[in-house]
Amino acid sequence: MTALRAQSLGKKYKRRWALTGCTLDVPAGHVTGLVGPNGAGKSTLLNLAAGMLRPTTGTIEVCGGVPGSGPAQLAKVGFVAQNTPVYAGLTVDEHLRLGAHLNPSWDDALARRRVAGLGLDTAQQAGKLSGGQRAQLALTLGIAKRPELLLLDEPVAALDPLARRDFLADLMETVAEHGLSVVLSSHLVSDLERVCDHLIVLVESQVRITGEVEGLLATHHRLSGSRRDLDTLPADQHVVSASHTDRQTTVLVRTEAPILDPGWTVGRLTLEDLVLAYMSNPTAARPALEVLR
Amino acid sequence: MIEFHLDGGSGLSPYQQLVRQVRHALRLGLLHEGDQLPKVKDVVAALAINPNTVLKAYRELEHDGLVAARPGVGTFVTATLGGGGSLAALGPLRQDLRRWLGKARRAGLDEESIEALFLSTFRSAAREDIA
Amino acid sequence: MTWLTWRQFRIPALAVYAALAAVGVVLAITGPDLVGRTEFTGDAESLYTGTMLAMYLLPAVLGVFWGVPMVTRELETGTHNLVWNQTVTRGRWLAVKLGTGALAAALAAGLLSLAVGWWASPIDTMASAQPENALWTRISPALFGARGIAPIGYAVFALVLGVAVGILLRRTVAAMAVTLVVFAAVQLLVPVLVRPYVLPATEEAVTITGENITRITGNQAGVIESIDVAEPSGAWVLTNETVDPSGAAVSPLPDAVQGCMPAPGEGLPDRQTVVGCLTQLSDLGYQQRLEYHRADDFWPLQWIETAFFLALSALLARFCFRRLRHLS
Repeated sequence: MTALRAQSLGKKYKRRWALTGCTLDVPAGHVTGLVGPNGAGKSTLLNLAAGMLRPTTGTIEVCGGVPGSGPAQLAKVGFVAQNTPVYAGLTVDEHLRLGAHLNPSWDDALARRRVAGLGLDTAQQAGKLSGGQRAQLALTLGIAKRPELLLLDEPVAALDPLARRDFLADLMETVAEHGLSVVLSSHLVSDLERVCDHLIVLVESQVRITGEVEGLLATHHRLSGSRRDLDTLPADQHVVSASHTDRQTTVLVRTEAPILDPGWTVGRLTLEDLVLAYMSNPTAARPALEVLR
Repeated sequence: MIEFHLDGGSGLSPYQQLVRQVRHALRLGLLHEGDQLPKVKDVVAALAINPNTVLKAYRELEHDGLVAARPGVGTFVTATLGGGGSLAALGPLRQDLRRWLGKARRAGLDEESIEALFLSTFRSAAREDIA
Repeated sequence: MTWLTWRQFRIPALAVYAALAAVGVVLAITGPDLVGRTEFTGDAESLYTGTMLAMYLLPAVLGVFWGVPMVTRELETGTHNLVWNQTVTRGRWLAVKLGTGALAAALAAGLLSLAVGWWASPIDTMASAQPENALWTRISPALFGARGIAPIGYAVFALVLGVAVGILLRRTVAAMAVTLVVFAAVQLLVPVLVRPYVLPATEEAVTITGENITRITGNQAGVIESIDVAEPSGAWVLTNETVDPSGAAVSPLPDAVQGCMPAPGEGLPDRQTVVGCLTQLSDLGYQQRLEYHRADDFWPLQWIETAFFLALSALLARFCFRRLRHLS
């Protein structure tokens, strides 16, 4: 079951390509992290998936349908945009009524329970809520319509660490309870490490690497040893990044096979190391590498 | 009911840490046969981690024959590690260890050297076991 | 969707309707005073001008304060990301909001026009009976847009225009300014470029006699440029010009009659003499041509104008729906 499938997806704004050659296959039932530097195209990809934007080239299919193509499709996808917009003049209660009026699949009991559990005052105007509370309200609106896929665009970027932890914990609890798929973008890798089991790295409008987190971590290694020419490496070891001193070479490789050369000291990478390596090495780009597990 | 925690600097992936913590608890007698492991939902709410991580850990423990999942109810401990016998063996082992520590200190090793010596010997022995 | 529309629209709507209610009260109180009067000066005159202003301003206000924010407010606060991701398509969202706004606008304009028309009817009747008050007849350009059902067309048009400009420009303040300018331009151009021609005007050839010359226009050099004859009362006169035997308009008047006016410095002209002198024109074969819309043409013109503006609104609405699909 695929939550999101993109084929050579591209989006151009006036002169600039915000996203190019994006080919992805995001499985359902997982929490997928979309990570990359600012301006890499994360928001564009999420907006395309939600149906807020139309592709310039290529195709995108979300939960088996074309994004934005009518009420049935809109009901399947929940979207919380950047800066978690809410109607400042409407109260929390009125936001829930908005959800109930505009969504046939609205689960009012769930929404009310969440709001009560979060300690939100239903008579409070949304404009007067704190950043964390607004994010939680926006998330409630996204979740209570019972979508198949939830898209979150940097939902915790503006939150303090405690609010951020609470938001993510609450999101994970919801995923555990309802089994929904989530695609969540962030430029903070540490958040994603705990929460995501699937990853997409987007740099300069292109997908650098994508796959299951455990698989990615198992197949990427940091090799350090005496200075050598990288052409001597076996063909099945793909170099992601490399640095040399006069005596030493350190190289980050992606390979399915075990490292047999005894001259290398093999180190394990954290997710952050892996992402940073792909983010800082545009030449390592090969679009849409799938690590099959 | 045990409580999980995650150590960011341990070098182990979250699911490995969870497995370890269950095994530890079993060894130390904090978990007995028939005890329920925390629900996935609660672990996830407390630690803000992916539910699949918890499920993977519980599945591995089940594969090792330590726990069993009862659909709709929860995951329960079915075996212990070591058992009562090993608890009894802990006492003499502890005494042996104290004696060795005394010897190491008398030989002039400071705390860090003792720790380094112990860990390197422990790790190379473990590697030999695997190889 | 209707709940949300009302929740967002209630304050702007109530503000306008409350103002209209206040105006209505004032008109209701002062109205009966006007019946039977033949002179309308002082308070009556200021109120009269005030009602005219209100009638012309109302559609503009609706376009700027109801129409523009309908879309720009959502875009500027980012709430379009919230509402367009509920299970309601953009088309339905706009249809309900635009439809509600248009109905409310039509109603507001209709009610105000009804009230003002009732209040001013003594003045209007009097004006239409007096040819010298041509400027203040209902059908004249000054008053036409402030009476009858045309304001309904203007109000709906202004509202849809506001929404369209909002979708195009996406910024509230800029869109408000542009809407105002475009609406004003349309209001100024339609009476000149469109309205005179939508119905055939009545044409009349009038013999120039001594009694029917009402105005003589000359320039500073003492040359008589044109004369006007008496116009039918309550009519909207498009042309009042002297034509030669072949039918071509002449201005200034032919040399033969230039001597009728005394040269500057020769003293004040005597009306009887000048007029008698000018009747030579008919001897020379000249006539006065009148082109006008009769007072009776008022309602047909009103229907056509309203239909015209409603058609424009429909076109603009179509533009709105199509453009909205590509907005982000």
